[in-house]
Amino acid sequence: MANEQILMGNEAIGRGVIEAGCTLFSSYPGTPASEILKSVVKFSKQSKTSIHTEWSVNEKIAYETALAHSYTGKRAAVAMKQVGLNVASDPFMRSAYLGVKGGFLIIVADDPGPHSSQTEQDTRFFAQFAKIPVFDPSSPAEAKEMVKEAFLLSEKLEIPVVLRPTTRVCHARQNVKLNSIKVLKRKTLFKKEPARWVATPGALTSLHKGLNDKIEEIKKDFYPICNNDKKPKSKLSEYCIVSSGVVYMYVYEMLESMGVLQKVDLYKVNVPYPLNSKFINDISKKYKKILVVEETYPVIEMQLLNSEIKGKVSKDVSDCGELTPEKIEKILVKFLSLNKKLKKYEDIKGVRPTLCAGCPHRASFYAIKKTFPKGIFPSDIGCYTLGVNFGAVDTCHCMGACISFGAGFYHSFAENKDSDFPTIVVTIGDSTFFHSGVPALVNAVFTGARIIVVILDNSTTAMTGGQPTPQVGYQADGNKGKQVFIEDLVKASGVKFLKKCDPYKIKEFKTILKEADKFCRSAKGGVAVIISKHPCMMYKDERAKQEKLNVFVSEECIGCKICIKGFECPALVFDETDNKVFIDNTLCIGCGVCLDVCPTGAILTK
Amino acid sequence: MKQQIIISGRGGQGIVFLTKLIAEAAITMNLNVLTSETHGMAVRGGTVISHIKVGDFKSPLIMYGEADMGFFLKKNNINFHNNFIKKKGKIVVNSDTDIKDTLNINAEGLAEEIGSLVSTNLVLLGYAIKNSVLFCDADTMEKVILKFSKGKKSDLNLLAFHKGLGI
Repeated sequence: MANEQILMGNEAIGRGVIEAGCTLFSSYPGTPASEILKSVVKFSKQSKTSIHTEWSVNEKIAYETALAHSYTGKRAAVAMKQVGLNVASDPFMRSAYLGVKGGFLIIVADDPGPHSSQTEQDTRFFAQFAKIPVFDPSSPAEAKEMVKEAFLLSEKLEIPVVLRPTTRVCHARQNVKLNSIKVLKRKTLFKKEPARWVATPGALTSLHKGLNDKIEEIKKDFYPICNNDKKPKSKLSEYCIVSSGVVYMYVYEMLESMGVLQKVDLYKVNVPYPLNSKFINDISKKYKKILVVEETYPVIEMQLLNSEIKGKVSKDVSDCGELTPEKIEKILVKFLSLNKKLKKYEDIKGVRPTLCAGCPHRASFYAIKKTFPKGIFPSDIGCYTLGVNFGAVDTCHCMGACISFGAGFYHSFAENKDSDFPTIVVTIGDSTFFHSGVPALVNAVFTGARIIVVILDNSTTAMTGGQPTPQVGYQADGNKGKQVFIEDLVKASGVKFLKKCDPYKIKEFKTILKEADKFCRSAKGGVAVIISKHPCMMYKDERAKQEKLNVFVSEECIGCKICIKGFECPALVFDETDNKVFIDNTLCIGCGVCLDVCPTGAILTK
Repeated sequence: MKQQIIISGRGGQGIVFLTKLIAEAAITMNLNVLTSETHGMAVRGGTVISHIKVGDFKSPLIMYGEADMGFFLKKNNINFHNNFIKKKGKIVVNSDTDIKDTLNINAEGLAEEIGSLVSTNLVLLGYAIKNSVLFCDADTMEKVILKFSKGKKSDLNLLAFHKGLGI
């Protein structure tokens, strides 16, 4: 097809950003939003358009950097996952009041289900809380067009605008038409307006009123689109269904396959907040039976102000979890009283994810657990959360929380003055440390916590596809930036015990852990930091650099499964027939860490 | 033309790559296409599934019991994802043993022969086309493979694809 490309939803959004003439794009990686920035870089390079792109240290910083760009009259956008907006919520809330100059787009990817997140919160609700309009795309192609529409709305009313795709839009692929790229060539101009950009409390009531007026203005627009206006009268004429996002697509396909698409009015909501006010009045008058199907919270439903509505509030639509086609089919059949037999199905969970063969995190976790069998292990967000599979992760909450959790646990035990405290070993990834570990470390040091912080430094943001950290020193567009070193940050935080070790050297690592514990418990002790440094084994080049041992399991294997349960390397496989472990050479990278694990010494190298 | 396809396997087996190839083959043939794939934590060695809908569809997900065909890169995954396949649907399985009512081939073994275990996905793709259970033909797919692979990798990918085709 002419001028069409297969694009993932996130790639289509990135293309839309370039087509709209945006000149700054910032982001922090997080599933399902991680691929947007890469696409922005790709299409800007392809079209030779000028744009500043950055993987910021966290979402709040990404947000503020982009917002200032908009203050100078240029178009800016920022992308993050839904929980990233929690981190950026401070600038988010206030930017609604103060507004923007150049178009300002906030792309927040939601994860109903959730597939890869710590909550399944609905950003449309957050947008309503902030009084910021939100677009809800139903496909990659539509997401791209909505980017441009959102910029126009943002500039027209000087208001930030949210685009809220969900996982099934972000990670869907579709043939998408590439449109022409707008080059805006705007001059950078910052006009000082202290009453607005500094906005002291006295100015805020009037700014708030201004915001309310803007929202009232938007309520006149974006009337939801009906699938077919001229329907023959039938039993189903008094029914209507209101939907948005990818869920609308499921409903559409399903009504079509049930043969009732031409009989039921189906409305597609593109802007769920603020909902068109005329629509709110119209549908309550026009229909006797109304069903709202949306993900994940009842945002449209609660604006409809009609207690008769079938939806999440009435429990006709599931109020948690992803709305899969199977769930929607059941809802529609019940609502429309259709005579259709539903197929039975069972959602079978497959094999759980695990750390890769040769992953340095596994080695770190193994050494920590072995050294402190009775320790408490707060951890954090990243691949290493998978340490929970073998008991090396006791808590995981939100980005950077592990250090504060560690300190909190310590103070809780220390308060019982008559008893000893357990060893608390915190594990945090390098990218997470930059994101929000640094303030937590400063806090732990100055409040006198006695904990061991192990920074798992694999020199990348592994889980989301390998984005560079400030220490790596490469910027989002591949150009060299200035490096910021974890060691320097740790020292500057006032930490008096800092050691570095390669976790593959298990014995050395265990010794350092013991030294760290001794330091924590000494008279002048406090926070001990160990940087556990080894590259991520997802990188072929890094794998090629290290020695590959030829590992095998000898006849001495007694089938105790200690290596399977306590180490969980995917390359160690248990053979049920001869009750022994063998090495799956298709997965083994020959790191040799498992040699330390076997109690009978049956894991050997040639 | 309408065809609904699933690809099931473990993270790291090149399922996203296979999804991309099939989607590209569809637009080469002037067909619309929608896919859905897994990213993030699940791909760390966990069970992974991709959905591909070729033709005029609106949503990216396939319902249970609606897929016309499925690729299984791990035979064990039949236990998890066979419920997506229609009653008369076809499944192509990477397996070293014969499995009843399936098109099976030791794709991993053949990939190992050419010294590239990661090409198991392409062997299986070739085998599906050989058995005419995928909407496109070998020539179309060969062009797509060449478009999507660079340098040495393209020779290896073609070799694996040909192994599956049995040529």
